[in-house]
Amino acid sequence: MTPLMEVSGITKRFGGLLAVSDVSFTVGEREILGLIGPNGAGKTTLFNLVNGVIKPDKGTVKFAGQDITSHPPNEVVHLGLARTHQIVKPLHGMSVLENVIVGACFGRDYLRLRPARKVAMEVLERVNLADQSDKAASSLTIAGKKRLEVARALAANPKLLLLDEVLAGLNPTEIEYMIGIVRGIRDSGISVFMIEHVMQAIMSLSDRLVVLSFGQKLAEGTPLEVARDPQVIEAYLGDPDIATKLKEKN
Amino acid sequence: MILRHPVLYIILAFAVIMVWLPLHGNNVSLREDLILVAIAVILASNLNLMIGYTGYVNFGHIVFYGLGGYIGLYLAAEKDWNLVLASLIAGVGVSLFALVLGLGILRLRGAYFALATIGILVAVQSFVANFDPWGRSTGLYVSFGAYEKLGGARHALWVTYFLVIGVMALSMILSLGIKISKFGLGLFAIREDEDAAVVLGVNATVYKAIIYSVSAFLPAVAGALMFYKNGMIDPSIAFEFMLSLEGIVMLMLGGKGTVIGAALGGGLYEKLRSYLLTSPKLSNFHLVIAGGLLLVVVLFAPGGLIGWLYRLVPRSRKVLE
Repeated sequence: MTPLMEVSGITKRFGGLLAVSDVSFTVGEREILGLIGPNGAGKTTLFNLVNGVIKPDKGTVKFAGQDITSHPPNEVVHLGLARTHQIVKPLHGMSVLENVIVGACFGRDYLRLRPARKVAMEVLERVNLADQSDKAASSLTIAGKKRLEVARALAANPKLLLLDEVLAGLNPTEIEYMIGIVRGIRDSGISVFMIEHVMQAIMSLSDRLVVLSFGQKLAEGTPLEVARDPQVIEAYLGDPDIATKLKEKN
Repeated sequence: MILRHPVLYIILAFAVIMVWLPLHGNNVSLREDLILVAIAVILASNLNLMIGYTGYVNFGHIVFYGLGGYIGLYLAAEKDWNLVLASLIAGVGVSLFALVLGLGILRLRGAYFALATIGILVAVQSFVANFDPWGRSTGLYVSFGAYEKLGGARHALWVTYFLVIGVMALSMILSLGIKISKFGLGLFAIREDEDAAVVLGVNATVYKAIIYSVSAFLPAVAGALMFYKNGMIDPSIAFEFMLSLEGIVMLMLGGKGTVIGAALGGGLYEKLRSYLLTSPKLSNFHLVIAGGLLLVVVLFAPGGLIGWLYRLVPRSRKVLE
């Protein structure tokens, strides 16, 4: 079976900084692929390259059998690839419902206003924001804004959802709740590609993980394989043998 | 959908009153006052499409009005075209000009876009002031005989008045139609956060160019009618930077982003201005008042009069667009 998305050899340089270097991976149908790596590893840049916010210097992105490299983000959404932002970007002056209607109106199905409204209400139920639909988006808490990001992206009826740190800054209860939402999304047939720093969550959610460090793919595999990979441990903690060495010293 | 909207009927009632007031008792001086009010409403409403709906501040909006005036006057007076046709051609021509221009300058954002619009105003003014067919800096005149086609000069003034009121009503209906449409929703998304809007699927480049072009159409038509009525046009009155700035004051005063607010601000500001202009002690003082007013509105009531009304009567938000 061909994967839903295939990224090959993608490279982006910002001046002297090689932000993403020759990264290749695939996302399968109904798969949750996690993307982890230390701060500044190039994770969000990779997302931006995939959905066309920035253009790669080299490499290709294929999605649902189509080459979408360098397509602008608005076209990428129409094909069924939606995303959320790490730094939430609610449309402040508009209500929660209107925010989600925008997602439904300009998403994959390009709905008219009336059906979009219906879809938006359904999605808000799904992320438990329905009771706040009339509120201004700017008045939501950070947890609410994160859910709004997810709702807007979901309203586009995507085949693949890119989630950029939807758990960051949430308390344990909220994290638990969001994990449920992400599982529900996958169960409804949507593939998920997510960046996350909350390790326990990403380890339990992901089918596979890609590890990025200094713009390069360090490792790829099941959460268990990745967690045992000495290179990954070194990237996160420095020298993997540091614990043993310290013990010996004492 | 728009047919069931209460604001549509407010607009129509407003237009009917504007027609009836001077007609009743053949009040010519009232008509001359009201045509300026109508022009202010037209300029503020169309400027609102850019500033209020899309979040792009256009300092050079008056370019559309002036260019429309030139094209209309040139066709109607020099080439002897029918006035309505000449005005429509002026509207279409200026819209196309704006579309091409917009695809270029709308790549700029925020202050840079605003600066570019000032540049356009200056550039167009200088071009026209050196353009031979349009009479360079002396401009164009309508020969008195040209009005014969409209049944003589006196009659022509009434005809242009009714046409301007029609354009005013159309401006407001256009604003309302866009506001309650999917297109309008896309514009609002761009206003709130353009990057987020694009990621949500809004084709911002095309949307912005279209609204820039649309916001040029009716002001150009109005310019053609108004300068034809006045009988003359020259580069300094056609492209008056002050009027462009005052358009922004009108919009802020009434409440940007709302159909009623733009019209209300345009109308009220014009009344205030003509009062100050004609009062002997305060002549030319109106710009000081305009500046002060803008400051007060921006600081204390950023939503303008309509925003203030929304806060006073929250339910009005659902009715008054």
